Amino acid sequence: MILLVEQFLNGLQYGVTLFLLAAGLTLIFGIMGVINLAHGALYMVGAFAAAWTTMQTGNFWIGLPVGLVTAALVGLAMELAVIRRLYQRDHLDQVLATFALILIFNQSVTLIFGRQPLFSQPPALLSGAVEVLPGLPYPAYRLFVIAVGLAVAVGLYLLINKTRIGMLVRAGATNRQMVRALGVDIGRLYSAVFALGALLAGLAGIMASPILAVQVGMGEEIILATFVVVVVGGVGSVKGAFVAALVLGMIDTMLRAFLPGLLQGVMPGPEAQALGVGISSMGIYLMMAIVLLIRPRGLFAAGG
Amino acid sequence: MKRLLTTAGLMAAIAFPAWAEGTKIGVITTLSGPAGYLGEQIRNGLQLGFDAAGAKVELIVEDDTRDPNVGLQIADRMLNEEGIKILTGIVFSNVSGAVVPETLDLGGIYVSPNAAPSPLAGAKCHPNYFVVSWQNDSLHEASGAAAKKLGYKTAVALAPNYQAGKDAIAGFTREFGGEVTEIYTGVEQSDFAGEMAQIRDKAPDVVFQFHPGGQGIAFLKQYQQAGLLGTIPMVLSEPSYDGVILKAVGPAAVGITGTTHWNDDFDNEASKAMVAAWAAAYPETPLTTYAQQAYDTGLLIGSALNKVGGDDVAALSAALKEADFASTRGSFAFGPNQHPVQDWYLTEIAADDAGNPKIVTKEKIREAVGDVYAADCKM
Repeated sequence: MILLVEQFLNGLQYGVTLFLLAAGLTLIFGIMGVINLAHGALYMVGAFAAAWTTMQTGNFWIGLPVGLVTAALVGLAMELAVIRRLYQRDHLDQVLATFALILIFNQSVTLIFGRQPLFSQPPALLSGAVEVLPGLPYPAYRLFVIAVGLAVAVGLYLLINKTRIGMLVRAGATNRQMVRALGVDIGRLYSAVFALGALLAGLAGIMASPILAVQVGMGEEIILATFVVVVVGGVGSVKGAFVAALVLGMIDTMLRAFLPGLLQGVMPGPEAQALGVGISSMGIYLMMAIVLLIRPRGLFAAGG
Repeated sequence: MKRLLTTAGLMAAIAFPAWAEGTKIGVITTLSGPAGYLGEQIRNGLQLGFDAAGAKVELIVEDDTRDPNVGLQIADRMLNEEGIKILTGIVFSNVSGAVVPETLDLGGIYVSPNAAPSPLAGAKCHPNYFVVSWQNDSLHEASGAAAKKLGYKTAVALAPNYQAGKDAIAGFTREFGGEVTEIYTGVEQSDFAGEMAQIRDKAPDVVFQFHPGGQGIAFLKQYQQAGLLGTIPMVLSEPSYDGVILKAVGPAAVGITGTTHWNDDFDNEASKAMVAAWAAAYPETPLTTYAQQAYDTGLLIGSALNKVGGDDVAALSAALKEADFASTRGSFAFGPNQHPVQDWYLTEIAADDAGNPKIVTKEKIREAVGDVYAADCKM
């Protein structure tokens, strides 16, 4: 029981991290039609900026805003310099250009910070463990990550459904041409959405930095799962990204946690382990295949 | 074709004596991605080792990105087109599992500064394949022996799901002798929250884990955050607590037990010379066993080059086999499969004056041991 609750929290925490990344990616993909492979690079930039600042100042609460601003500014610069020229190109060009951006970002970060991973501590307030259930201490920092992720989800919901910018975003995701025809300055909208996406990716990186090793290539480790979330949730739908992120985060965690154990009931240990690990790393992709079979446009596809 | 190349190579060698400029050594290693610092350690260690041996070499360094296919392409190019005879440098067993057989088939020599997967140590051993570091299993047998010596009865053993991970758990289990629960993790995995929950659920006497590079940092951090550090003791093999990992994890690592074949407090001339050379060249970077193994590799290849004075494969192979160099680990000899026979030490992670973790050698736990696969090697 305790194991189940702990794994549930782990799934939730992985899910909200995926959501922070996928929310930006789905907006960028849905509204501008750009496949941004370099979204993971923004995650890395946020993590590095926050971890480095935290190491220098010894204070996570200074690292947090620095990471956010850096990620948003880098995102904005990326949009102005490169992405802006890709809106009219086909997807192959976009994939090539943004893949090049990944390489450029990775090498630049290597040049600046070297190949040694950075390590930042969670803030003192959150460094301990909280007794969630009797006999189950859970890292306070991970609970904080879950809370931040859920708060961002509520914030995005309000932003998109209750504000004028949100209206434009929804309209843009549904029918880009019509929004332009109605005289909206689409260029500024695009820049704003891209910067927002970058900010969220940066936030995901900042949240991950005290847990994981902050290192070059950390973005690529998570970006594939993020794309799966975007596709399963429906391109352009933040709601879809939220549901898909939580569901996939949960499935991935639960499979990893319990499948090898279940398989050990029917076959010898080492093989069960190997097979279990193999199948659980395929889990989210199988899920994607099934969803696409039933709903080719994803769970909550934006119209148009 | 091969003959043509050999002839061309010979002519080139006569026209421009290669060793006058320095013999070309192909270094295929992992320089990018989360494990990039391991390759950097190996590259720098090799260079210092060659310098110390007084051998004139030119290192041709290429990044395999931890991908066996990339490694193969580089090896093919180095051996077929660039006329390089000696390759070294590979960090990961999955890469060496692909590159080493290819290198040997193409008539080259491979000297491993790190990875030594079990399939290449037994029946598939080869006169031109040398390992300076350790055989994968023996690295972790030392940890199994240490856990047994400390009186633990049950263990959870975790490792990534690839050849070196399997070798790690096999090696640990062989010497530990107690009840072991195996958990395999993903090779690219960086969040171990699920594994932490399983460890808590099993509540073993001791945890053994093998996660080199960035994975090891993440694992130790999360072990601490989950409140397990200090609750369930941990025994580690050297790749899981190298100097870089300890520097990143900080004071949290104090108290962990480790096993190693070398540590920077070793009292021998070669080791002291290396520690000094490293501190002069890379004052900011901790010296790890990766660099130490590479340094020994440089000393070994350097000793052979100095004897042979060229890159004739048969002569070099014979000279390498003599292992005529002063190893930084004190005693070193090749077993029948040309893998090391060496001593293993128990270490403890203690706090230095500033409270930061440092590795302190406690005692010798295994003396002059080779590996279990040597018996299958018929050379």
